[in-house]
Amino acid sequence: MLRPRLQLTGITKTYPGVIANSDISLQVMPGETHAVLGENGAGKSTLMKIIYGSVQPDAGQLFFNGAPLRVRNPKEARAAGISMVFQHFNLFDTMTVAENVWLGLSAQSLADVRANIAAKAREYGLDVDPERPVHTLSVGEMQRVEIIRALLTNPQLLILDEPTSVLTPQAVDKLFVVLKKLASEGCSILYISHKLHEIRALCNACTVLRGGKVTGVCNPQQESNASLSRLMIGSEPPQLQHAAHTPGAVRLQVRQLSLDREDQFGVDLDGVDLDVRAGEVVGIAGVSGNGQKELLYALSGEDTRAQPGSIQIDGRDVAGLHAGARRAMGLHFVPEERLGRGAVPTLSLAHNLLLTRNGAVAPGALSAGWIRVRHLVDHASALIREYKVKAAGPQALAKSLSGGNLQKFIVGREIDAKPTLFIVSQPTWGVDVGAAAQIRGEILALRDAGCAVLVVSEELEELFEISDRMHVIARGRLSPSLPMAEATVEKIGSWMSGLWESAHVEA
Amino acid sequence: MLKLEARPEPSRAWSYGSPVLALVSTVLVGLVLFALLGKDPGRALSMFFWEPVKSGYALGELVVKATPLLLIALGLAVCYRSNVWNIGAEGQYLLGAIAASGVALMAEKDTSGWIVVPILLAGILGGMVWAGIAAWLKDRFHTNEILVSLMLVYVAIQVLGYMVYGPWKDPLGYNFPQTKTFELATRIPRLFSGSRLSIGVLFALIGVAGMWVFLFRTRAGFALQVGGLAPAAARYAGFSSRRALWVAFLISGGLAGLAGALEVAGPIGQLTPYVPAGYGFAAIIVAYVGRLHPVGMMFSALLMSMFYIGGELAQSRLGLPKSLTGVFQGLLLFSLLACDTLVNYRLVWKHKLEGR
Repeated sequence: MLRPRLQLTGITKTYPGVIANSDISLQVMPGETHAVLGENGAGKSTLMKIIYGSVQPDAGQLFFNGAPLRVRNPKEARAAGISMVFQHFNLFDTMTVAENVWLGLSAQSLADVRANIAAKAREYGLDVDPERPVHTLSVGEMQRVEIIRALLTNPQLLILDEPTSVLTPQAVDKLFVVLKKLASEGCSILYISHKLHEIRALCNACTVLRGGKVTGVCNPQQESNASLSRLMIGSEPPQLQHAAHTPGAVRLQVRQLSLDREDQFGVDLDGVDLDVRAGEVVGIAGVSGNGQKELLYALSGEDTRAQPGSIQIDGRDVAGLHAGARRAMGLHFVPEERLGRGAVPTLSLAHNLLLTRNGAVAPGALSAGWIRVRHLVDHASALIREYKVKAAGPQALAKSLSGGNLQKFIVGREIDAKPTLFIVSQPTWGVDVGAAAQIRGEILALRDAGCAVLVVSEELEELFEISDRMHVIARGRLSPSLPMAEATVEKIGSWMSGLWESAHVEA
Repeated sequence: MLKLEARPEPSRAWSYGSPVLALVSTVLVGLVLFALLGKDPGRALSMFFWEPVKSGYALGELVVKATPLLLIALGLAVCYRSNVWNIGAEGQYLLGAIAASGVALMAEKDTSGWIVVPILLAGILGGMVWAGIAAWLKDRFHTNEILVSLMLVYVAIQVLGYMVYGPWKDPLGYNFPQTKTFELATRIPRLFSGSRLSIGVLFALIGVAGMWVFLFRTRAGFALQVGGLAPAAARYAGFSSRRALWVAFLISGGLAGLAGALEVAGPIGQLTPYVPAGYGFAAIIVAYVGRLHPVGMMFSALLMSMFYIGGELAQSRLGLPKSLTGVFQGLLLFSLLACDTLVNYRLVWKHKLEGR
């Protein structure tokens, strides 16, 4: 019988107040592509960090090719044949690809590294120029650099943490080709994800985690999405009702919005045209870093440099108005960064209401600006109940909540304001499947109530689920509107590379 | 071995305990220091911690010194909570003193006591103008307010020097660089006869209450602090950072100027080159030791005032160097910053496991 490449037994890790991993066992065979499936907070990342040596377990053992292995740090893990590609890239923007890779391989000369990169790139079809500075690379190319860097150590086990969250559908397909080739050569792959269809397409074994424990081991190719999601969250997500309807008046109108980047590695907006009508959800797809951030800053009023007349709400020019003034006109916005932008980490949930809500601020000339604390706390408690936010109470600090729970609170705070124009970025990022369904349901309810909704997301499935029309943003330019009937994953995917104008160019 | 381990959430007990522990360790280091200097540590400590509180008169003196410290610290706390780094309260204090002196010098023998009101207003205005320069330069040219406000302190000292060596020098003052002694009518009213306590104490107490309400019960105060805690969140909420800059600078400048006016028209009674006593810098320590909280700063202002008085007593009675006051102040801030680690971390004893 074949010896497992990696075997974990009884791995336990506790952090103050949290059990991240409890008695976890896991077995990966040579050449196996093994999925680790679980919601955010299920303990996937901690487990991978233990295998990669950046976190030490409190209990449990690790066997590699049958022998007990103790990895004190990532360097030892790499020496043993374990490599990892992180979700967030560890690359220096101002250095070239070769220099970045060279940093981790002090034993070789830069010229050797260059040659090795080119060789690996050819071998696996990972097309990347070693001489290009990293800041000129697209996100997909940066990931290729990270993968090449991992492959240069000739690993027997490659760990990939949510590798597809930043890729276009086409780039995902390319990545899968590389991974399948690697597996066929006998390299074991640990693939961390919460995207069920990817796991079913790629992996031939799967360990499911929930709340730090193993809840199932299966072959994903013999499972359905529904059965996998039952293992992952304990139930199936509810189906959304998407009723047909006719949209009303134009609430948000953007005409020829162009803006120079604010920071060095940002994106210039170039002639963006966009309409959002009452009672419709407009989705904006795109790979991150293509101008979404800049567009949202301009729309929300956090950036007021837009040319006069380029942004109108209900027919009124708002280009120069700050975020508070636009909010007074009915625009509510949920930003992508929750901590530090959507909420102040060190303030209570109740006080975080005051960022965008004035219900607890006394009106009237004499008492203007006075905060009614009782009112504020009651309001926060009501939101926590209504949006099922897991928090110690209205006095809990924003930073004490998990990302998903804070997102529920922030989305609740904005939806509860009954906006007439609602803009939301990455509405369900890091949110568990049940809560994601709840948030999407709230967005659709808002639409049905006659609100104009703009959703910017990198999750294509999400946009397909809730949008009435879609745009794609690429390199700071916005595609024409595409009705859902004409939108396919292939078409959106090729538009993500900016190819909507020249239809004859093959993707 | 001892290890620092992150707490799941900040410890409430240690946010109060840390200043106490810092004070204790300051005292312990002080004991060693006195012993090394060849003085009886017990006697030296009593200069700092017993002499300033042993009688009603001593307590009054303690409060007299604490008043300007507290007023300035209140304003600085608004700045630091708003992410505005005003280091130049000393200069704003001086300009307050100079402007107040300008009004006080206009008084004649028969001037009414109500002249105190314009004196104090002039002090506030003087401090605001000086702080406003730093705010304007930052707003208009994005200068660094730390550098500008600090450098304006030295400009203020030159302005003071020019006034007392030049146009305002007392013609009957034997060529000493100081103004004439202000008329009695200009003197800040005292609370009791026989004590130097003046109505300045009341201003400071009103300031504490007002600041608490402003910071914790008004939307304007909230908006300022969001700018300090999370600038991106302030931008998201639509709270203006320019407004925060101006409000914070004007409040702290005004309060520092008021403290300056209370000093020259109170205990000092004339403008001299010795008006700058470092209150503006000591108030930075007062603000931080008091946790930027109005009530906390009341206690830290008293503590800092003890150090001032104790330092003077140690100099006159024990022959210890005056710079000891500064050493003590620095020690306290230093140990507070160190002890604050315990708010977010706890010490745990971990046996070193084999292979870990």
